[in-house]
Amino acid sequence: MTIFDTMLPILFLALAAMIMLMSGVFSRRDHSFAITGAAIVLFAITARLMFAAPDGTIFHGLFITNDFTRFADLLVLMGAAGALSLSVAFNQRTGITRFEYPVLIVFAVIGMVVLISAGDLLTLYLGFELMSLALYVLAAFARYNLRSSEAGLKYFILGALSSGILLYGISLVYGFSGTTEFTGIARAFTGSASASLGSTIGIVFVLVGLGFKISAAPFHMWTPDVYEGAPSSVTAFFATAPKVAVFALLLRVMLGPFAPLFAQWQDLVQILAAASMIIGALGAIGQSNIKRLMAYSSIGHMGYALMGLAAGSLIGVRATLIYLAIYVVMSLGTFGCIIAMSRKGRPVERIADLAGMASEDGRYALVLAIMMWSMAGIPPLSGFFGKFYVFAAAIDAHLNVLAVIGIITSVIAAFYYLRVIKVMYFDAGSPGFDKRTAGINLVIGVSAIATVLFVFYPSPLSTVSSLAAHALFPSQGF
Amino acid sequence: MSIGLAHYLVVAGLLLIIGIFGIFLNRKNVIVIMMSIELILLAANINFVAFSAALHDMMGQVFTMFVLSVAAAEAAIGLAIVVVYFRNRGSIEVEDVTLMKG
Repeated sequence: MTIFDTMLPILFLALAAMIMLMSGVFSRRDHSFAITGAAIVLFAITARLMFAAPDGTIFHGLFITNDFTRFADLLVLMGAAGALSLSVAFNQRTGITRFEYPVLIVFAVIGMVVLISAGDLLTLYLGFELMSLALYVLAAFARYNLRSSEAGLKYFILGALSSGILLYGISLVYGFSGTTEFTGIARAFTGSASASLGSTIGIVFVLVGLGFKISAAPFHMWTPDVYEGAPSSVTAFFATAPKVAVFALLLRVMLGPFAPLFAQWQDLVQILAAASMIIGALGAIGQSNIKRLMAYSSIGHMGYALMGLAAGSLIGVRATLIYLAIYVVMSLGTFGCIIAMSRKGRPVERIADLAGMASEDGRYALVLAIMMWSMAGIPPLSGFFGKFYVFAAAIDAHLNVLAVIGIITSVIAAFYYLRVIKVMYFDAGSPGFDKRTAGINLVIGVSAIATVLFVFYPSPLSTVSSLAAHALFPSQGF
Repeated sequence: MSIGLAHYLVVAGLLLIIGIFGIFLNRKNVIVIMMSIELILLAANINFVAFSAALHDMMGQVFTMFVLSVAAAEAAIGLAIVVVYFRNRGSIEVEDVTLMKG
């Protein structure tokens, strides 16, 4: 029963999501807290099942599992579980505690797992839409809040446009290669020395559609508004799991079926990477809202991660995977700190509200400072190693211009990260934030420790990510 | 004159362009944007069916069926979000969707 064994994690997730939904709908009392806890436990069990599931290609190539998909799945589950543990207190304070919240996150995670394991353009599209539809609703989750509903509307319009463009690209790729299966497409493209116009346009459209979701510039325009408008708990989720899932898919698609046309798309990915790094660095400078700042920061981070894809090599993929793993941990820590910013039950979001934090709550200030230093890429924190690996991969692939742009933009970006630290440590003020809950303390504590100690124990992550990268390049032995 | 694959592709391409322009040039109503999104999805569907017929391959038509159902789900969620927005703002003019900028 290999089909059942391989599908078990997804079947388990889907069934549990249905049960959670039904128990929420049909019970008279409010079970949202229990369902949130159940969802976190569910993610842990699914992670265990992922390890047990065998490698394989099932349903005639529609669905693939290997070390690469397992790595990305685990990152997604980790990001989702972290975001859920952060959400409890925030949702309670802002009065949006509903059982639909964890259920929607579980549905989005199912979409992501399908997306990551897609072996066919059909599975890719269905996973992508399952994820996106849940995310649109989540963005508008605070439905009595004008800003949240505006964020939902903007995200829906631009997201639907991007998935339409992705679909159009898929139709062209199908037409010009004659199949929707990844291996078949790769075979069809291998024969031709140069791509036909139709398949080139198709690949560009697919790249645009996926670039939208990872908020790579110039398709980033939704990111700041959605990050700012959506409830902080939802923003924390947006910044972690969907980015990783779509990025993993991007790696698989570009280096799988579209790999024979590497020469055609490499320049495009380089442009995306450079534009994202530049927009991420320059856009954030004038921001006073910390969630908007994090939006531009995430655009920049996606630019750095795209560098590994532009290299198109084994070490490039490995660097990107390491970068994504470190990025998820840093984002969870930072958003934990952002969610903890509340005064008398009302969330505050201005950077200026952090003034005087160091003297009032030294531990909080230290954790946020560690996150900011790490995002700026200052050694010996983990963010430095993420950047180091992608720069090394870029230089190895002779993408020197890209590496230079990356180093310049990371210096510019350091300015706004350090400004947050400066406001906390050197500006006078009294934030008077509410007491943090255990869930937030746990998440920010664990991510701070992981960020600081990565320098001593880099080998687990680097070993696992090179295993995953080798799964993407089966021809190069381990 | 016989109608070939190229004719269908041109129609689909025109629908795609109309849809994209509909989203970016439209300054009036959010519902028009939703209609434009449907046009884009239909453009892709025409492509799928035309390629499916030309390649004698069923996959394109199967894909179209999935796209149709996903498009219905997407429209349902989009309209729900528009209703939520209208309740808060009292308007669905595109020019009013400008609370956050920068």
